[in-house]
Amino acid sequence: MLGKLTLSAIPYQNPIVMGAVVFMGLTAVAVLGTITLLGKWKYLWTEWLTSVDHKKIGAMYVILAGVMLLRGFADAIMMRAQQALAYGPHAGYLPPEHFDQVFSAHGTIMIFFMAMPFMIGLMNCVLPLQIGARDVAFPFLNSLSLWLTVVGAMLVNLSLAVGNFARTGWLAYPPLSELHFSPGVGVDYYIWALQISGIGTTLSGVNFIATILKMRAPGMTLMRMPVFTWAALCTNILIVAAFPILTVSLALLALDRYLGMHFFTNSLGGDPMMYINLIWIWGHPEVYILILPAFGIFSEIIATFSGKRLFGYTSMVFATMAIALLSFLVWLHHFFTMGSGADVNAFFGITTMVIAVPTGVKIFNWLFTMYRGRVRLESPVLWTIGFMITFAIGGMSGVLMAVPPADFVLHNSLFLVAHFHNVIIGGVVFGAMAGLTYWFPKVFGFRLNETLGKAAFWCWLVGFYVAFMPLYVLGLMGATRRMDHYDNPAWQPLFVVAAIGAVIIFCGIMLQLAQVVVSIVQREQARDLTGDPWGGRTLEWATASPPPAYNFARIPVVRDRDAFWDMKQRGVNMKAAVYRPIHMPRNTGTGFVMAVFIGLAGFAMIWHIWWLAIGGCAAAMVALIRHAFDDDRDYYVEAEEVRRTETLRGRHQLRSV
Amino acid sequence: MTTGTTMAHGGALAFEPGYADNAAEALRDLRPAGDAVDFELEHHADTASIAQLGFWIYLMSDCLLFAGLFATYSVLHARTAGGPQPQSLFDLPYVLAETGFLLVSSFTCGLATLAMGRRSRGATLGWLAVTFVLGLAFLGMEVHEFAHMIADGAGPDRSAFLSSFFTLVATHGLHVTCGLVWMAIMMVLVVKKGFTPSTESRLSCLSLFWHFLDIIWVGVFSLVYLFGVS
Repeated sequence: MLGKLTLSAIPYQNPIVMGAVVFMGLTAVAVLGTITLLGKWKYLWTEWLTSVDHKKIGAMYVILAGVMLLRGFADAIMMRAQQALAYGPHAGYLPPEHFDQVFSAHGTIMIFFMAMPFMIGLMNCVLPLQIGARDVAFPFLNSLSLWLTVVGAMLVNLSLAVGNFARTGWLAYPPLSELHFSPGVGVDYYIWALQISGIGTTLSGVNFIATILKMRAPGMTLMRMPVFTWAALCTNILIVAAFPILTVSLALLALDRYLGMHFFTNSLGGDPMMYINLIWIWGHPEVYILILPAFGIFSEIIATFSGKRLFGYTSMVFATMAIALLSFLVWLHHFFTMGSGADVNAFFGITTMVIAVPTGVKIFNWLFTMYRGRVRLESPVLWTIGFMITFAIGGMSGVLMAVPPADFVLHNSLFLVAHFHNVIIGGVVFGAMAGLTYWFPKVFGFRLNETLGKAAFWCWLVGFYVAFMPLYVLGLMGATRRMDHYDNPAWQPLFVVAAIGAVIIFCGIMLQLAQVVVSIVQREQARDLTGDPWGGRTLEWATASPPPAYNFARIPVVRDRDAFWDMKQRGVNMKAAVYRPIHMPRNTGTGFVMAVFIGLAGFAMIWHIWWLAIGGCAAAMVALIRHAFDDDRDYYVEAEEVRRTETLRGRHQLRSV
Repeated sequence: MTTGTTMAHGGALAFEPGYADNAAEALRDLRPAGDAVDFELEHHADTASIAQLGFWIYLMSDCLLFAGLFATYSVLHARTAGGPQPQSLFDLPYVLAETGFLLVSSFTCGLATLAMGRRSRGATLGWLAVTFVLGLAFLGMEVHEFAHMIADGAGPDRSAFLSSFFTLVATHGLHVTCGLVWMAIMMVLVVKKGFTPSTESRLSCLSLFWHFLDIIWVGVFSLVYLFGVS
């Protein structure tokens, strides 16, 4: 009846896990209780859970990313604490099998459920506005993508309370992840959480490409698109091209585990290296899926806050495209040690190094944009400058490891861990934070507290260097990654320094939480009544903050690359004399309902509850078919209502958040 | 695109240069507002073309999914691990008949699309039904082939070769199954609602999907079966 699921799946004998579970449970109860007390369930359902408004979907993605950042960071600080303690005779406080789950969950959560939703969320919030559209191409699909991602994240977190998570690292390499070596449900949680959220991500990719190619405002040619839109286009092409390979890799691993097939086993012809090739053919584009939007964010910010047109727009576009293309030609540098021979390794080493060229072009473009500009050093710019320095260092350590002989020494060492945190924190996280600060007033109508924002930035920046520079040194000293214990006492002081760095980053995160709370409390002082708080250049600033559901009462005609800047220069009056009814998609709960059923089916697959797996899929299918028969999917915002909303603009706008 | 601005100066309604959906909307601005019929027509034409593009992008991503499976099969097809070899497993005339059903179904699917273009509901439904039956026949033959192989001890757990064979072919079969379910739903929709812009757009997507599966099968037939027995 319940497959492999019994009461013993709940790890009540483990105080650390149970502490986390109780904490998670109390938080959930507190949130649900608050909603009930405030009587907000109906509001939540009609305005958020069923929403197909890209701005709200984007906000929910970013909220998911924020919550998952806390979870992933909790894992990080546990690892730092363990490694600061567990040397020589000391065992630390985490048993190996728990430590292995912690580092696997940390990587999985940070990449799939923090960085990805953050970037997709920002794209959702901004992209349609930047191209002068009223929504994305497929609003229902957008809602489905969001909820599939949320369901995937929930499955990963559920593994804490029911069963356990993979002990295999964030990419679940076979043969370790095969049934023979990982008989528990941990790898199954990993497979189904990623499979479900990955399908959501693929659908997002399709949606955004169609949106960008088909829904741009009149006059916005490809070479007039904002750089963030360009970055988003390249990112989503990468998503559509790379995620099917992830789906295949995970599906084949699942077939090995569930049906006894032999794709990646050690016996009957299976080949574990096949998985490692496949997963990195997805995995390397994946890191560019994360960093390209960040590049786009920095480009927007640096132009706005320098009060200048972006330097080298065309080269920026070509560099983005070049990186997107090259990202498919470098996967083997993740396993030079496979032994594919000098020629193959040389090819992949060179393609890897070549990526530094377009990236360097970008760095110089940003620098030249600042040159002779009136740079305002507000927190989005601090994140950007912090990024340029940090990312350049991380990029150089990457080029170093692209040399195959050097890689043979550094492979799987902490040097590698330092490298990719150097580029992912210094690039993706700083970019996400910069984008959050920059676009927050657009989505919510008020600015974030600047003092706390700057303090958080400095904690993150200093904390990053203190936490990760020691890991470079440790890597060169021979420390490998993923150790729950080591014998060499000479390493311990550096691990302690790294732990201190993690604590400094923790202060940064706490300051950011305080920043959100303080900004909400003091929102009246920080209202953005103009819709253009930073002196923006692109179309998202041409509408109110927050924008009405339909974004633009009338669609702007684009005459220049910096479309909104151009309009301001020409003194275009944003108000129209005539309003027409606006055609908009109607909210639908189908995406949410389907995702819940698919999540149930995923849980059932993990625990081998076959009837529930079939039932969940069938129910999701029924929900989809009902949606297919529903013709009442859109409505018109009446001209009078548009006129009312637009007249209100400039005064106190929408209800407080 | 610049029509909006040039027209604006002649407009009586204080139309601001720089703002207009497009030339057609700028024209409407010169007339009394709220001409909902024009708006709707234009909107639907646009939605259909966006849906077509979106579906093409999806097909490309699905194509890469198959690319992953083809690559896996290419790497693992010689890993028979002492088990049955492709030469002893594949019955080429049988698979050729199977292939025939699918290729003909693609043709009849095209005839259904042509009938839709003529707005002939009966012919569209008829050709869709023929396509459905042919697709079902293809699927039945595939399931029969699988059952036969598994009964002979050549199941997907026997060797890496058989794992990759079953997965590649069955993934195609799964797509055909989804296509059949979709086709059944579309037939009901056409009966109930006739040719609306949304049913027409979805029928075009379905026909794209069906032809796509045909092309994938040509790849499977060549790489797996023809190379397998040679």
